[in-house]
Amino acid sequence: MADKPSPHDPVTGTETTGHDWDGITELNTPLPRWWLWTLYATIIWGIGYTIAYPAWPLINGATQGVLGYSTRGEVAEDIARVDAQNADIAATLASADLSTLSRDDPAYQFGVSGGAAVFRANCSQCHGAGAAGAVGYPNLLDDAWLWGGTLAEIEYTVTHGIRNDQSDDAHWSEMPAFGDIFSEEEIGMTTDYVLSLSGQDHDPALAEQGAVLFAENCASCHGDAALGDTSVGAPNLADAIWLYGGTRADIEYSITNARFGVMPAWGLRLSDEDVKAVTLYIHQLGGGQ
Amino acid sequence: MGARPHTSGRVPKAMTEPAPPSLYAAREPIFPRDVKGKFRRLKWAIMVVTLGIYYVTPWIRWDRGPALPDQAVLVDLANRRFYWFWIEIWPHEFYFVAGLLIMAGLGLFLFTSALGRVWCGYTCPQTVWTDLFLLVERKIEGDRNNQIRLLKSKWTFHKTRLRLTKWTLWLLIAVATGGAWVFYFADAPTLFVDLFTLQAAPVAYSTVAVLTATTFIFGGFMREQVCIYMCPWPRIQAVMMDDDTLTVAYRDWRGEPRGKARKSEAPMGDCIDCMACVNVCPMGIDIRDGQQMECITCALCIDACDEIMGKIGKDRGLIDYLALSDEPREREGMKPRSAWSHIFRLRTMLYTAVWSLGGLILLYALFIRPAIDITVAPVRNPQFVTLSDGAIRNAYDVRLRNKHGEARAFEVQLVGDAALSLRLEGQTDLNTLVPADDTALQRVYVIAPAGSAPATGDRTDIRFWIEDMVSGERAYKDSLFNGKGTQ
Repeated sequence: MADKPSPHDPVTGTETTGHDWDGITELNTPLPRWWLWTLYATIIWGIGYTIAYPAWPLINGATQGVLGYSTRGEVAEDIARVDAQNADIAATLASADLSTLSRDDPAYQFGVSGGAAVFRANCSQCHGAGAAGAVGYPNLLDDAWLWGGTLAEIEYTVTHGIRNDQSDDAHWSEMPAFGDIFSEEEIGMTTDYVLSLSGQDHDPALAEQGAVLFAENCASCHGDAALGDTSVGAPNLADAIWLYGGTRADIEYSITNARFGVMPAWGLRLSDEDVKAVTLYIHQLGGGQ
Repeated sequence: MGARPHTSGRVPKAMTEPAPPSLYAAREPIFPRDVKGKFRRLKWAIMVVTLGIYYVTPWIRWDRGPALPDQAVLVDLANRRFYWFWIEIWPHEFYFVAGLLIMAGLGLFLFTSALGRVWCGYTCPQTVWTDLFLLVERKIEGDRNNQIRLLKSKWTFHKTRLRLTKWTLWLLIAVATGGAWVFYFADAPTLFVDLFTLQAAPVAYSTVAVLTATTFIFGGFMREQVCIYMCPWPRIQAVMMDDDTLTVAYRDWRGEPRGKARKSEAPMGDCIDCMACVNVCPMGIDIRDGQQMECITCALCIDACDEIMGKIGKDRGLIDYLALSDEPREREGMKPRSAWSHIFRLRTMLYTAVWSLGGLILLYALFIRPAIDITVAPVRNPQFVTLSDGAIRNAYDVRLRNKHGEARAFEVQLVGDAALSLRLEGQTDLNTLVPADDTALQRVYVIAPAGSAPATGDRTDIRFWIEDMVSGERAYKDSLFNGKGTQ
């Protein structure tokens, strides 16, 4: 090959590369030279990039890059930047009196949005992601509140918790286990009376006897009309809401063994603004008073 | 030049052992000569109009009330709004942009099938800005011959001065180009001041810098290389052209054999081989070689040739807008068919029909779109809540949209089972205020009393209405109410 002095294809007049395979020659259509320089420039850029940024995989991890960049660091910077942006409004919220905080106040919306995140991270494990609760864990969406549903009451409950030994100010009350006090018949009568309160199927004769037992033993906390008392966390027994179930078996169990729901004191774990935020969030879920 | 850069500049050292040909070719500089004529005038007019639109548009004001920007054309990325005079586009209406892009594509098909690369030759930004840069170049360095002389001359003070002047002017145009672009994305008067007082956002400066660099390099130095090597459009266009497409061509049956008119016996064509068509070509090609990929159909060779034909007393149109299908007729001495008969054919009419259809659909969509809207997301965790009196409550996240330039109060209404009642979170009545040109999220509760059909049943169909308390406009969305039966 390459024995022709001027390699040009006779048909097209185009220069050939001089390569010839069995009479087939390769035409040469040159690329622009700047294209070649662009290629070299991208290679040099690529090398520089791998030096500046994390790139080359090693046995453990990768090269770090001389600029010290990391996506993790970028996220941390973003978070710090947003925290700094929100510093003022967060301080306003932390020192706000929630019961007088207007819904139009930017701190209110900030609290509700932030409270949703606080709730999902800290509260949803027991109360559920949708705050609908579960057996033994109160539904926060409805209009029944064991310890009160005003903003101030919710904030107190969140801060100090219920029946825990972390906070001296925790809500505290304890129902006796009537299994040690009542006979089985008496428990049955009381159960029939409690069933009658919420209009469920019951034996009227037994309920009448149960009413006497209730007035002597239960009304001090649950009230004469069994409407409950939020100062001692005694549930309303005359409504349609049952934290531990409202069937005869459930009620019998509750009377016999009593219940002892516990909640941590979140004031010890969360910042003031987070407590206020989650309080605002819970309050606007539909049941707030 | 272009697709056929024949021999590379390298000369083999020994003819017995020729060096392998270079696989890369350097750009050969092109010095298009100034030309006068009807197409040149048309191109100047198009340049003034297109550049005028580009530079002036962001400065046009349009009053939309105190809550909204008063810039006629504004792409407000931060607030996700696009304003075009009286039209305002929200992100969910992006189909308007998609529709316009489809129409732009179909429009290109239409023009390409009718008139070839008319987009490239007259209106492509690369062409327009290169034309502007060429104009500056001629004003500073003189026309083609002066430019060639200057290129070959040594770097004297004179040459340095001319070059620096030219580059400075190019750079100013480039900065203005990049600068004008960012004005479409922010309030132009404010941003203008901010840019000079170093108060503007870094992205504004980097955008100006990138567009300045591309304008300067593409318009000043890359020029035809952009069309030949970087742009995909020239490669695509070939398939949209057919025998009836009018495009810039040379009547070789009339021009050949070309040559200086001598007193020889051999009959000569009209082409006197004056190279005027080649010298004015911004792509550096010879149109007499026939249709070629480099040709952007700027039609300057037509002007150049017509000028010469006029001078030597021959008919104009040796180079002209021609359709390939006319060649046999013309060779037989017949007149070409009229341009309109080439333009109005099935293909172009179909493109026009589809293009118009797209436009009508967009116009229809534009006029029926409501100024208020509602979307309803039922809260499904939990599906319902039992209240202490045994009532069943469902919650819905209702998003209300207000496109008016002022805050509006909307009343939420419910149509469905008579037993159902409404309550709005955080509101004492059924009204909620939506800020100007914004949406508001309002949680709405629907309550079924204990024992009612919706409370004990499975699902009940409901419909939410919203009513603008000012204009009386209404909008609705259907949803479902879950009773105890859904469990």
